[in-house]
Amino acid sequence: MTAVEEAPADPVGFGRMHRKEDARFVRGQGNYVDDIVLPGMLHGAILRSSYAHARINGIDTSAAEAHPKVKAVITGKTLEGLGLAWAPSLSHDVIAILATDKVRFQGQEVAFVVAEDRYSARDALELIEVDYEPLPVLVDARKALDAGATVIRDDIEGKSDNHIFDWESGNKEETDAVFAKADVVVTQDMLYPRVHPAPMETCGQIADMNKVTGKLTIYCTSQAPHAHRTIYALVAGLPEHQIRVISPDIGGGFGNKVGIYPGYVLTVVGSIVTGKPVKWTEDRSENLMSTSFARDYHMHGEIAATSDGRILALRTKTLADHGAFNNTAQPTKYPAGFFHIFTGSYDLEAAHCEVTGVYTNKAPGGVAYACSFRVTEAAYLVERLVDCLAGELKIDPAELRLKNFIKPEQFPYTCKTGWEYDSGDYPRAMRLAMDMAGYEDLRKEQAEKRERGELMGIGISFFTETVGAGPRKHMDILGLGMADGAELRVHPTGKAVVRISVQTHGQGHETTFAQIVAEELGLPVADIDVVHGDTDNTPFGLGTYGSRSTPVSGAAVAIATRRVRDKAKLIAATMLEVSPDDLEWEKGKWFVKGDPSTAKTIQEIALAAHGPMELPEGVEGHLDGSCVYDPPNLTYPFGAYICVVDVDSQTGHVQVRRFIAVDDCGPRINPMIVEGQVHGGLADGVGMALMQVIAFDEDGNCLGGSFMDYLLPTSIECPSWELGETVTPSPHHPLGVKGVGESATVGSPAAVVNAVLDAIGVRHADMPLTPAHVWRAMQGNPLRTDLAIE
Amino acid sequence: MQVTMTVNGEKVTRDVEPRLLLVHFVRDVLGLTGTHWGCDTSNCGTCVLWMDGEPVKSCTVLTPMAGGREIRTVEDLERDGELDPIQQGFINEHGLQCGFCTPAMMITCRDLLDHNPDPSNDEIREAISGQICRCTGYENIVRATRWAADHPATEEVTA
Repeated sequence: MTAVEEAPADPVGFGRMHRKEDARFVRGQGNYVDDIVLPGMLHGAILRSSYAHARINGIDTSAAEAHPKVKAVITGKTLEGLGLAWAPSLSHDVIAILATDKVRFQGQEVAFVVAEDRYSARDALELIEVDYEPLPVLVDARKALDAGATVIRDDIEGKSDNHIFDWESGNKEETDAVFAKADVVVTQDMLYPRVHPAPMETCGQIADMNKVTGKLTIYCTSQAPHAHRTIYALVAGLPEHQIRVISPDIGGGFGNKVGIYPGYVLTVVGSIVTGKPVKWTEDRSENLMSTSFARDYHMHGEIAATSDGRILALRTKTLADHGAFNNTAQPTKYPAGFFHIFTGSYDLEAAHCEVTGVYTNKAPGGVAYACSFRVTEAAYLVERLVDCLAGELKIDPAELRLKNFIKPEQFPYTCKTGWEYDSGDYPRAMRLAMDMAGYEDLRKEQAEKRERGELMGIGISFFTETVGAGPRKHMDILGLGMADGAELRVHPTGKAVVRISVQTHGQGHETTFAQIVAEELGLPVADIDVVHGDTDNTPFGLGTYGSRSTPVSGAAVAIATRRVRDKAKLIAATMLEVSPDDLEWEKGKWFVKGDPSTAKTIQEIALAAHGPMELPEGVEGHLDGSCVYDPPNLTYPFGAYICVVDVDSQTGHVQVRRFIAVDDCGPRINPMIVEGQVHGGLADGVGMALMQVIAFDEDGNCLGGSFMDYLLPTSIECPSWELGETVTPSPHHPLGVKGVGESATVGSPAAVVNAVLDAIGVRHADMPLTPAHVWRAMQGNPLRTDLAIE
Repeated sequence: MQVTMTVNGEKVTRDVEPRLLLVHFVRDVLGLTGTHWGCDTSNCGTCVLWMDGEPVKSCTVLTPMAGGREIRTVEDLERDGELDPIQQGFINEHGLQCGFCTPAMMITCRDLLDHNPDPSNDEIREAISGQICRCTGYENIVRATRWAADHPATEEVTA
């Protein structure tokens, strides 16, 4: 690298710049939940079920209670007495905090021990005797609705099956009519298997109930501290003003840290019972086996087209495996998230989507892992179907996509399931990716290699996301509208603090949000402090997930800053003894039109706003502003991805040789941070396509319960990413930005899978395409990857 | 049992249970929380520190096994207020996002440069292949290490 390519030290506003937060992280001075030690703090550990489905006939905790270092043993019975054994889920269901009647998945929480240190708490778990009576186990979602299937949720009155919901979007009759007239219909079943976000830091919490003041302070690995606080208040009846939730540094989230897990609730109970702060940090197996998984969508997809490759319609019937409790974290109205954006990037005549949710004896969850509320599954479905159609019609997959894209002049475009795509220029992004890849040369190379018997594949994925949830009239979580607040205060000396409702767990909010203020107000980034992750010190909002921080909170910060700028104008006018109408803004100062030297800087204005000068009528002292932003629409980032793989014909091993990613997320506030986010998401895509799966055996044993079994991509599996960009601003966002955090995770798996299948000449095989699975697929006998059952 | 070792240049003596993992000793007993704990199976590598000059995964070392040895952690990378080039490289090349894998990654990369001052990108990837990062997709960790290789003495501290 030359010095020229390095980030400038301190742009005033948008541009590449090093992150403010890095200074502490490179020194080992990050402050994660498990790093925090409070005086007198005790440690909790959870006893988990070894069975996937079993009745609990009794729990003997006497030996554990007799352990000299144990302070409390809590079971479902204890919680029943407090009315806390069950809690509302995020999706019109309940979850068990500690099992009372039976366990419903392997790893479910059964008892909680509080002890003087973490090792003793673990020791005491070994002393608890649980009398389990094993029950028939259901791990195959495709059998969940069979007559005679074991009923998992017999706690729900009158429940006699494993059905959760039926949901549909689009027009069935219109879609069926288009399918009936189509020249070509291609049908493909595909599984997006269960995966886990697996952030490097597991989940954990410290709860500190001060019995004198009544204040409960919580340090939590939470992506959504305000939502957590309100839910504690609603569910446990604790007064909301007496709860403070702090999300300190968080070691990655990816959706894993949105919901409230039983472990979190148990630290609160533990602190109330013992009168001491209680810390709980889950281990990796607990993280993988019990906290929110993602995907697990069994998708039947159909695509209709004319014989010359005009795509007419899409439809899907999908079976959604939600595990033992319906605890997906998504806007209330949408039980399948935003899956109905499976219409993708194409101009269709019709589309119809049906989703049925079922219970199984697997951990609850479903929306997690950088999926933008199931856009991941949607993008994979449509991009696989388009490739299947290309194969059927013998049309190049790039050409087929270019032929069917929504055209730039069609935006805003309302798709057949109702989403209003805000802006886009798909052909431009696609052509840029093809140019970067050298697409035609790659196809020639592939043909030459095929003649020599070498397997090389080129896979394309073109995705459109819907992110930045969302308009409050349509979107809420447990009745809480998805609007977010921001507050900006400029201090007398011209330094500033901006308080935001969203929370950073690697995204770089402390830098990006300061850059927004800098851009809008002309203050140096170094002079702007970003406060987040503390409910006592930030405005309300629903948190960071679904790529919503910049689309929602970024807009709130921009508008709050503009309000400060407008107020500064009135004060500057008084200072300069001119009419506000005579003033013009230039980054950092208001000046008199035609006389740029007659000006007041924002720092001078800030001091005056706090000083003795008489302010104009209607203008209050000090210099601050706030905003609660209710997005008028979602934003629609998109991208064109091309993956090149080499497959070993003897072993089935896949090597990703190149990955070209062109992303359009609107203007980039800090391009360095955006590129970093894309890099991470691309690694996710390689991992999901080739390695990661949480599978189960027929007894319900989780086969992905450690990093020995749940394989994540390392530096060896990942190529050197090749990034490109186009910029199509969102017309409705004050900064035009669209959000990018999940784009690459959403878009990349289909590109990798399409590349592998292109290499081996097989129409479809499910993820993950491990060497053994690729080998099986080449023999015409692909595996069912979610079950260890032949 | 009593264990004595040198940690970041200072001799420490503590009474510990023989089963105490070194990662927990460093974090919970000494309060050096820059070393992290991310799995139970020696796969993630967030707990890497130096023991007698070798990077080891401290979740697979019992504290007594470190008795009489020299331990060095991320907290010792910065010297006299000056960042090690690998720290500056991680900042300059955006080699970190959430920061959780970062201390251990930097130690492995520093160790690579100590033995191979001009590594190829493939050699860097090989060196860090026993550790997992979920945020960066590794590309900028490779670039950060190359930056440090190209700037063996820290030229400026911008952090």
